[in-house]
Amino acid sequence: MAVAADLRVTIARAKRRDVMFVALGVAALLFAACTFVALFVDMISSGWTRLNPDFFTEFGSRRAERAGILAAWVGSFAVMIVTALFAVPLGVAAGIYLEEYGSRNRLTALIEININNLAGVPSIVYGLLALGLFVHTFGLGASVLTAGLTLSLLILPVVIVATREAIRSIPGAVREAAYALGATRWQMIQHHVLPYSMPGILTGVIIGLSRAIGETAPIITIGAVSFIAFLPPAPLTSDPPFLSFDWLASPFTAMPIQIFNWTSRPEEAFQANASAAALVLVGMTLLMNAIAIWLRYRLRRNLNW
Amino acid sequence: MNDEPKRPDLATLAKKAEACELNFFYGAKQALNKINLPIYDKRVTALIGPSGCGKSTFLRCFNRMHDLYPGTRYEGEIRFHPDNVNLLAKEVDPIEVRMRLAMVFQKPNPFPKSIFENVAYGLRIRGEKRRTVLMDRVEEALKNAALWNEVKDRLDEMATTLSGGQQQRLCIARALACDPELLLFDEPTSALDPIATASIEELIHQLREKVTILIVTHNMQQAARVSDFTAYMYLGDLIEFGWTDDVFFRPQKKKTEDYITGRFG
Repeated sequence: MAVAADLRVTIARAKRRDVMFVALGVAALLFAACTFVALFVDMISSGWTRLNPDFFTEFGSRRAERAGILAAWVGSFAVMIVTALFAVPLGVAAGIYLEEYGSRNRLTALIEININNLAGVPSIVYGLLALGLFVHTFGLGASVLTAGLTLSLLILPVVIVATREAIRSIPGAVREAAYALGATRWQMIQHHVLPYSMPGILTGVIIGLSRAIGETAPIITIGAVSFIAFLPPAPLTSDPPFLSFDWLASPFTAMPIQIFNWTSRPEEAFQANASAAALVLVGMTLLMNAIAIWLRYRLRRNLNW
Repeated sequence: MNDEPKRPDLATLAKKAEACELNFFYGAKQALNKINLPIYDKRVTALIGPSGCGKSTFLRCFNRMHDLYPGTRYEGEIRFHPDNVNLLAKEVDPIEVRMRLAMVFQKPNPFPKSIFENVAYGLRIRGEKRRTVLMDRVEEALKNAALWNEVKDRLDEMATTLSGGQQQRLCIARALACDPELLLFDEPTSALDPIATASIEELIHQLREKVTILIVTHNMQQAARVSDFTAYMYLGDLIEFGWTDDVFFRPQKKKTEDYITGRFG
């Protein structure tokens, strides 16, 4: 019986450690959760009163109670469209090339390392690159197009990595089935790889965009204006050819810039505006993430291999 | 199974294909050694042998699946009749080869598309767009694969909702839809339960009248049940080939006999 008693002591000690670790884990979790909740509650309490319809339909103003985020959210929206239009085709094509066409050699290994490194480059560096390349060399100015191109470069690695992971999750047996029926490589990609990896790609794109929408440094670097009282020209016009791309060349402001501008004002009332705008921005990001989760769930239901 | 008096003379049988001095390499490693094997027209030929003996490797030479992976190399020929083309020749397009042959894999691998689209896929990449033709061919293929009655009311449902045995019959229908000249089976029942296995074997039995079949199997009883001819392979060599009854009951080689009788394998 002495042996059993020893065992019980050992077990009791091991179980105490178990409890200690659970306590530690819960504490760490609470710390993170409380920080977020505190930030969020603070933001709501100081910005809540400003969240009325006028806030979304008014331009910036010298008078805090009349200032709104119209130019900022329209600007952010326009920039996101340009970002997606450039990042998605480029990133998906690059991911497909690396997974399906590129042979495993030193060059592709080098490219892979570079893509992973690019994901870790500070965003201000992208801003400096854009300032030199897009703003000055190409003469695009501090426009919607410049910002979209810059942010698309920023999220390109995210899109490429998401594409590659989505493609890799397609079982080899399904590819072989297509090839065995006589499909060419492009038919295999077009009919199988692309549709089956779409949920993963879309998720990656939205996660990338939700990162891009909050980016401030590169947008400031390229020289986005912080006070603007007009919208970019509408993309649809009443005269033929009914499409206008003038909005691409338009100056703009974006949500993070607007927030940054308001927080740097001394008046208390502008701080409330900043909180309200930050709430809207967080809401936009959460909405995008929710869409990503929903899409992943919807589209992956059919892909149970 | 064939009784001896009814057996036709081998010399009078038409060959659908014939491997001649076939070597195959994965990189530097030789996986097949000088295989010579006839595949008789409208007959079932079974490839048996222990794991790693090269039977799947041999099967996958016929539709040039090895071309998809770098570092693989063929030597020798697979003559394919009636036009006596060498399937392995560099100037022969593997896409064309795969359009003439069809393959059913170890694990059912339907596309995550509708049942209809799975069966129609081969026809679509052959350029068939007419809806009525596709419909007729899909129905015919599903009937030939003994699946039509189970799925005729749910052709638009996802293929992945079918059971494992149904999925494998769907893969057979997908292969049959393009009228293959030679049907390759790579251990088609190894992932299935005994009832689903029996239905696939029954199907192979019926298909032998329409199409030439080459089947790799792990299961010797299965080879005995479904095939007219059996080839025993060991470590990349073809040890013995003959009528299935002969290989099982009167093997010529000691190695074959040891494997058949379960002394080794």
